[in-house]
Amino acid sequence: MTIALETRGLVKRFGGIAATQDVSLTIETGARHALIGPNGAGKTTLINLLTGVLAPSAGTILLDGQDITRLAPHQRVKRGLVRTFQINQLWSELTPLQSLALAVTAERGAASRWWQPLGRADGVAEACETLLKQFRLDDVMDRKVAVLPYGKRRLLEIATALACRPRVLLLDEPVAGVPEGERQEIFDTINALPADVSILLIEHDMDLVFNFARRVSVLVNGALFAEGDVQAIANDPRVKAVYLGQGEVAHG
Amino acid sequence: MLTLLFDGIAYGMLLFVLAVGLAVTLGLMNFVNLAHGAFAMAGGYVTVLLMNRFGVPFLATLPAAFILTALAGALLERTLYRPMYAKPHLDQVLFSIGLVFMAVTAVDWGIGSQQQMIQVPPWLQGRFDFAAVGIGKYRLFIIVLCALLTIALQAVLTRTRFGSRLRAAVDDPRVAQGLGINTSQVFLLTFAVGSGLAGLGGALGAEVFGLDPSFPLKFMIYFLIVVSVGGTTTITGPLLAALLLGIADVFGKYYVPKLGAFIVYTLMIVILTLRPQGLFGRSASR
Amino acid sequence: MSVRDSLSAASAWRWWEFALGLVALGSCVFAGEHALLLNEIAILGLFAMSLDLVLGYAGIVSLGHAAFFGFGAYVAALFAKHVMPDPLVGLAVAIAASALLGALGSLLILRGSDLTRLMVTLGVASVLYELANKLDWLTGGTDGLQGVVMGPLLGRFEFDLYGRTAYAYSLAVLVLALLLARRVVHSPFGVSLKALRDNRLRATSVGLSVPARLAAVYTLAAGLAGAAGALLAQTSGFASLDVLDFHRSADVLLVLVIGGTGYLYGGLFGAIAFKLLHDLVSAWTPQYWLFWLGLFLVVLMLVGRDRFIRPWTWWGRKP
Repeated sequence: MTIALETRGLVKRFGGIAATQDVSLTIETGARHALIGPNGAGKTTLINLLTGVLAPSAGTILLDGQDITRLAPHQRVKRGLVRTFQINQLWSELTPLQSLALAVTAERGAASRWWQPLGRADGVAEACETLLKQFRLDDVMDRKVAVLPYGKRRLLEIATALACRPRVLLLDEPVAGVPEGERQEIFDTINALPADVSILLIEHDMDLVFNFARRVSVLVNGALFAEGDVQAIANDPRVKAVYLGQGEVAHG
Repeated sequence: MLTLLFDGIAYGMLLFVLAVGLAVTLGLMNFVNLAHGAFAMAGGYVTVLLMNRFGVPFLATLPAAFILTALAGALLERTLYRPMYAKPHLDQVLFSIGLVFMAVTAVDWGIGSQQQMIQVPPWLQGRFDFAAVGIGKYRLFIIVLCALLTIALQAVLTRTRFGSRLRAAVDDPRVAQGLGINTSQVFLLTFAVGSGLAGLGGALGAEVFGLDPSFPLKFMIYFLIVVSVGGTTTITGPLLAALLLGIADVFGKYYVPKLGAFIVYTLMIVILTLRPQGLFGRSASR
Repeated sequence: MSVRDSLSAASAWRWWEFALGLVALGSCVFAGEHALLLNEIAILGLFAMSLDLVLGYAGIVSLGHAAFFGFGAYVAALFAKHVMPDPLVGLAVAIAASALLGALGSLLILRGSDLTRLMVTLGVASVLYELANKLDWLTGGTDGLQGVVMGPLLGRFEFDLYGRTAYAYSLAVLVLALLLARRVVHSPFGVSLKALRDNRLRATSVGLSVPARLAAVYTLAAGLAGAAGALLAQTSGFASLDVLDFHRSADVLLVLVIGGTGYLYGGLFGAIAFKLLHDLVSAWTPQYWLFWLGLFLVVLMLVGRDRFIRPWTWWGRKP
């Protein structure tokens, strides 16, 4: 069992507030790891630290055993650390096909080519075709993202992340805002990911968490409150108390 | 050299009064108003015309310059500027450039393109020496007047209700509105006062900078330097930036006249490259 | 449409591009007495297109693009005067020099807000203007650089007073530049520029590095702007401080805005419209062209520039 992603004593302070307190998290290769916690617990901050959008106040982050704490976000992506955003971050003026083509081309290291049109590089068109079919975006592939319905955009968000051929995938509430009936479809796609891709999932929908995850970490007020395999956490009275104290877990 | 310092301070204080309106409106409305210099020019011409054609004494023209340009600013804000707030920065820039072109050519057509001369009253002319510093009386007058204005501005900002409304609206307009602050009124008043101050600065500066229709274009970059280096979230930021600019310019023109404005521009580029939010600004990502 | 076809369709030639090409060819043959005006349009169009790369594609608001235009003009003029009068070699040197300046300048526009970049670009152009002014032993200062006599183009075509050679020359450079730019904007690099302008966070999140791309497009645009400046200096035999003046940066911005940003041809259409407008208004009121230009800008911005290029939206409700 190798470790894909690891943090050691990660701290993030904003002025006087510690959004992330001494978090030491370990994600094994092939993990199906969920990160849960009440609103405001610092889950998205942690993801931002992992991807390099935020610089930590202290602590280190290791990807495949290598220190990436100082690495710029785009370089972490090149090493296989990819994320999806809770609020869609898409290119509204491009089409799904163009977006995926660009992501795939970037992954192949051909995104600096200026002399041939987009999509001409080896394997790009095929990869796009596969992704479009997989996420049922092929019928809207030529329409501007700005005019697509929310559900399609959410699918594109995840498809874009997969286009980067991630080795470690950070999913920030992938089904946020998606109607009940369509959630399972997205999760089926996530479940179908290769076994050697390590996945860290932030999610509020407990059914999905307990169906998907093997290990769960609970984040409260920026610190790791509990950690263990999914059964242990599901039955942990302290975890229940943390959530029950918040009232109904209705989010998404 | 102290004389140079004194002159530089006078120059800087004047630049501050000229540019403070621009700093506040940029911080408040996030609007890049390159036409700010036109208001300064207007104030200068008010003073010149009142003095030279109507024999109004110099001191009396100063409030007139302030009030008339403030009124003009209020009118323009309500009619022309307001629809532009939501537009992208590029549109705002081109819009204000258009206004400058119109103002410059209108003055050229109406009044003529020659340099305007004014005579400051005799009690402000000349200079006296004070401990090896040559103090020009007019420059001393400028420093005193601008210092009083600065103190008044700071007092208004920190002690009055309007000031706190303004600071709230600068910090976050939507939240301010949600709290019941009438942001359009705040914008209007601030823009008017800012333009009025520019007009006053133009009037005061007519003797120091000279006055002709190309004033807004010539000085636009100076105002922008003050604002971008000084930041738009405080008053002290632009004040310090203006002083720095004034002193650097005066010293530069004296010691290295061959390079002149070159130094100032280069300094600005260096500062903005190292600290894109300006020397004193908040790290904004707008 | 299959994925492959769809991807290819983006860069396929449109019918109106061919039509434009024919018109351009025709204009070259039938230029007659309008050759000088057409030459100016071609030069302005090239200048505006270079700005489109920076503004329309990469989203960098520059108030100082004239810096590269003017720099190219002076380099070409000085080269012709002091080194050799061959136009093509001079053009190449001017392009290289402007691109180098652009590469250096790109370091300054990588960070900061719109206002910062506005300031820095304005500052760089102002610095160059002041430099040209102060180094009058080299540049001729306010009088300008006189007596730039160009050799014949390709060793055969003399630059005549009618401007026919000049126009053919400028047009050829414009067409080549357009072909190059067209290739670039449809490439992965070009699309990545649009992407980083559209959503920078998403761009970095797929592994695209932003600073290198910005620097590259800025350098390219600077080189093309320098080419336009060189063409002006070479075809008019003259270079003055006016090529570095603020109004040039403002004019080219307006030209691009009139024609529309982000589809590469906006600069050309804008240049045609602008020059024709300028000629018309200047004939009527030569001194106060600037006033009408200002008024036009104010009205255009109030109405909304995206509505301007869609005349059917001028009446009725805003879309």
